[in-house]
Amino acid sequence: MNFTRKHLLGIRELEPGEIAHLLDTAETFREISRRDIKKVPALRGRTVINLFFEPSTRTRTSFEIAAKRLSADAVNVSVSTSSVSKGETLRDTARNLEAMSPDCIVVRHSMAGAPQQLARMGSSPIVNAGDGSHEHPTQALLDALTIREHKGRIESLKVAIIGDVLHSRVARSNIHLLTKMGATVSVAGPGTMVPDEFNSFVETGLRIEKRIEDAIEDADVVMVLRIQRERQDSAFFPSMREYAVHYGLRRHHLERAAADAIVMHPGPINRGIEIASEVADGSSSLILDQVTNGVAVRMAVLYLIAGVSRGEVDVEKFEPVENANDKAQGKKVG
Amino acid sequence: MKILIANGYVIDPSQGVNTSKNLLLEDGRVTGFLERGEQFPEDAEVFDATGLLVAPGFIDLHTHLREPGAEYKETIASGAAAAVAGGWTTICAMPNTDPINDSPAVTRFIIEQGQRAQFANVMPLGALTKGSAGKELAEMGEMKKAGIVAVSDDGRPVKNAGMMRRAMEYARGFDLTVVDHAQDESLSAGGVMHEGHWSLLLGLKGMPAAAEDVHVIRDCVLAKLTGASVHIAHVSSRGAVEAVRRAKEQGISVTCEVAPHHWTLTDDAVTDYDTNTKMSPPLRNADHVEALLDGLKDGTIDAIATDHAPHHADEKALEFDQAPFGIIGLETAIGLAFELVQKGVIDLTRLVELCSTYPARIFTLEDRGTLAKNAHADVTILDPAREWTFDVRGSKSKSRNTPFDGRTMNGAAVATIVGGRLVYLNPDYTRLTDTKQRNASAK
Repeated sequence: MNFTRKHLLGIRELEPGEIAHLLDTAETFREISRRDIKKVPALRGRTVINLFFEPSTRTRTSFEIAAKRLSADAVNVSVSTSSVSKGETLRDTARNLEAMSPDCIVVRHSMAGAPQQLARMGSSPIVNAGDGSHEHPTQALLDALTIREHKGRIESLKVAIIGDVLHSRVARSNIHLLTKMGATVSVAGPGTMVPDEFNSFVETGLRIEKRIEDAIEDADVVMVLRIQRERQDSAFFPSMREYAVHYGLRRHHLERAAADAIVMHPGPINRGIEIASEVADGSSSLILDQVTNGVAVRMAVLYLIAGVSRGEVDVEKFEPVENANDKAQGKKVG
Repeated sequence: MKILIANGYVIDPSQGVNTSKNLLLEDGRVTGFLERGEQFPEDAEVFDATGLLVAPGFIDLHTHLREPGAEYKETIASGAAAAVAGGWTTICAMPNTDPINDSPAVTRFIIEQGQRAQFANVMPLGALTKGSAGKELAEMGEMKKAGIVAVSDDGRPVKNAGMMRRAMEYARGFDLTVVDHAQDESLSAGGVMHEGHWSLLLGLKGMPAAAEDVHVIRDCVLAKLTGASVHIAHVSSRGAVEAVRRAKEQGISVTCEVAPHHWTLTDDAVTDYDTNTKMSPPLRNADHVEALLDGLKDGTIDAIATDHAPHHADEKALEFDQAPFGIIGLETAIGLAFELVQKGVIDLTRLVELCSTYPARIFTLEDRGTLAKNAHADVTILDPAREWTFDVRGSKSKSRNTPFDGRTMNGAAVATIVGGRLVYLNPDYTRLTDTKQRNASAK
């Protein structure tokens, strides 16, 4: 199955075959980042706008690098949501950017649904780079790519997700992706952050636990969520100290997990709070692999959305840009 | 001036009338039904209502007109025009304007603007507390003298139970019904949709049904304590309906209304983040809808009210979190009420009770909600067989915020008479007023 959608708004609406195709494509791109010259002409002449309504360093940089390694022209636009509330509507923003004919708009927004609304209001392809507490599809894809790289599969794995599930778009996208691909997911966290309604969040494959020890039991993968203080309007737990003691992942927890369990975190980490440094920096931690895979996944997403589905780009293997340029100009490479 | 509404099927629950009748109106009042075989008066204009349903004028207990203060959303005239196009002869205007209607001067202004517009009767509610701030009682007595029909801090529920108690006790002295938008804001604050499966999936902050339940229960307890007449606005949760049912069983003076969108749609309608599905209280799930239908069936729910809440398209074009709550509803309510009849939830008599008979009683609107002799000549004429599709571009409202654009409904209000004047006639029904021909054929 190919990925032929115009937008990537979330994981919820994707078929398992589409997810697999995105991951396969990302795998072929991973190699480009290991080259000396990390650039291929796949999206030459295409324009990608990174429209960030919420501050982000990691995701924005990752998208920017991904676009540049594909030779797209990447433009970063930061819009503070306060200026939006001063008068410019989402529709105005979208129309203004569209008037510049981008091939893809990557959107990060602090409010859920903004990418869906932009997709409906305008005509440009939209990639959701995280919207409020809703979805963060490229994060789930890069997590899946990391899991596949280390476990060889996703199906029938047991994955524990620990922390603030209620406010986490990363958790939502991961629950959708992992259960669609046949994994079993156990989530655990403070009762204020893991409401019972999560029991019916997806049809099968999701379990809610009160204690993180129970969620981690026999887990092949342990994902720790960031405590997102910016998305909480009031205290959901008494103190950071209490959180660290009862819900922070420490080394002894991993003894309950499978012997070869891997630990992941979407970053940036609050050391000593949701994850102990000894775990974050330990041998089972794949936190930096996730970052590396983030570039490959975003290259795949941009390639499929700003390239393939926009027509004509259909190259299996790319040569470095300089080679391609030289060939075009009839020169020999020295 | 005389109008004869001929050959219509009249349903007037206030007098137990449920049959074909000829109804004569004269100088703004009801003269009465003609006797069988009685000649049509020579000087009457005849409105041939053959095949149509004739009912006492419909009364909307819950309308937001945006004048004064936000005329770009709705004026009193545009709202009143939308009302009569939707079959409502009277609309009760909520006080959350700018300035808030917490003084006799604003009350008089609203009434005068309504009279100038000459569409529906516009009857203002006054604020319960000054500035609807929940701190000090508003001048209910002075506003009553100026013409308010009830009191409410709609949209800004009175948080403090002690304040609410005082307001109820004070309102009772002026026979003013206290209308409450029941929502415990400590539970619902920041919420933008019903809390449940869909809010989790969509990552939107939820407003739990419990926020409504605890507030309705509190209001019922306070109604018992104070003996005031309390009307719960737009009930949307199972707990709210059950609380009102229990209170009524105990003889407490509590009534409630339901808005059409709450029984028609469920929270899964929010799935595309369409801001026209954002309202407060929010669209809830199927279980709550079932409770509303039960309440409509067994009489727990007393009235259908629109909660018509116009907002400009630019405001609704914001992020879901930022867009204002509410939808327009005056022109779609009756079509959606007919859906209840088609589903067998209510019959036509109950529909008239919910839209006219009981609303008039809840706000003690004298000589309204009835076609008894000498009542105000407010008449709603409906065609239960009309299949029509709502096209919001043709709406008389200044706003366009509705999730029902393009919805096909069966049954519509086709003519509206207010104070003996035909103020709305659906363009497809103009043939009905061919006076001379009708007079001739009647002889």
